[in-house]
Amino acid sequence: MDGAHDMGGMDGFGPVVPEANEPLFHAAWERRAFALTLAMARPGGWNLDMTRFARENRSPLDYLSKSYYQIWLAGLERLMAERGLVTSDEIAAARPLHPRRDVAALSADDAAPMLARGAPTERPAPAPAHFAIGDRVRARNIHPHTHTRLPRYVRGHVGVVELVHGAHIFPDSHALGAGEQPQWLYTVTFDGRELWGDDCDPSLRISVDAWESYLEPVR
Amino acid sequence: MSEHQHGHSHDHDHDHSELSETELRVRALETILTEKGYVDPAALDILIETYETKVGPRNGARVVAKAWTDPAYRARLLQDATAAIAELGYTGRQGEHIVAVENTPATHNMVVCTLCSCYPWPVLGLPPVWYKSAPYRSRAVKEPRAVLADFGVTLPDDTAIRVWDSTAEIRYLVIPMRPDGTEGFTEDQLADLVTRDSMIGTGVAQPPAENS
Repeated sequence: MDGAHDMGGMDGFGPVVPEANEPLFHAAWERRAFALTLAMARPGGWNLDMTRFARENRSPLDYLSKSYYQIWLAGLERLMAERGLVTSDEIAAARPLHPRRDVAALSADDAAPMLARGAPTERPAPAPAHFAIGDRVRARNIHPHTHTRLPRYVRGHVGVVELVHGAHIFPDSHALGAGEQPQWLYTVTFDGRELWGDDCDPSLRISVDAWESYLEPVR
Repeated sequence: MSEHQHGHSHDHDHDHSELSETELRVRALETILTEKGYVDPAALDILIETYETKVGPRNGARVVAKAWTDPAYRARLLQDATAAIAELGYTGRQGEHIVAVENTPATHNMVVCTLCSCYPWPVLGLPPVWYKSAPYRSRAVKEPRAVLADFGVTLPDDTAIRVWDSTAEIRYLVIPMRPDGTEGFTEDQLADLVTRDSMIGTGVAQPPAENS
């Protein structure tokens, strides 16, 4: 979706402000929101792409007015509400009002192994790769209303395939619960002037990681 | 509720009325999730403890220091970073597929995630606020030299800039250039010079202290 989360190339946000000796969390609630989000993936049964879509699928005003972990919290609440795990009246009441659903919690014994396993996204390739290193490709001009990982600033522009990563879970379908549908994944590199025009630093090159269906061949 | 006084350029909001509202909401949620049996408080403690005490940029610094001192390791790291990093025991969530990119006098690499906050957790820990912020995500792909200036970093004009936007589950680790004057340093001494920002590409490795 063309939401406020897709920030590459937007102007007006001001300078980057690094913070000296930045703490890992800036408030106690951030620490709890972080841990609750990680722990709830097990009973919730959602995947990373669903999590991302739940965070970004909101009005630009809402997205931009929330801090990072407030967005995590809002995404978590949405995912839980969609599955009837926790409802808004329960949050307002600050206590359970409805019966629990029969789902398995993340146990203390499995917390560290869960982090260590991660969730690799590479899958057996369903077909030979369409593109090879060195091929010129154009990022398709697509604007799906649902989740996609093709940023706006590269759409319609021509780049070169630099790396081939094998086939990976396709986030656009995975976010919608429509299955992994793995596709070949490429790193596609663009000349800065192709994306930003002749005023761009001539030395700049920028790459995105793009699934095969995001790309079309350029002869 | 009072108006925001500091805007939203930082994650930490100094507006205490809003902070307490969010704090209360998170407490309510934790109570509900615990009472319903959806989360185990002991599991929450382990998740927090892992990233507060075990996983952080010191891991990445060890990878870089080894690459600086061991040419065979450096070759393996550039060939298959996921496997080479796993050799040192750093694996798992947000590090399932890692690519290492090497800075040289000719090319400086910089990593961003314009869409969210993708970051190689096993080697760098959780990302700082600025990495997740709108200013960094918007500008890193368009005017990286100006972003570097915000960090006090100026590159030679003839150093090209290469920005990696982490839009899939591939995570990038920048191998900064080894500082001059570090001949004979041990891996531990070298690791002390590798900053978090130098492994994102918004900084460079520290020069050795004059008396070391």
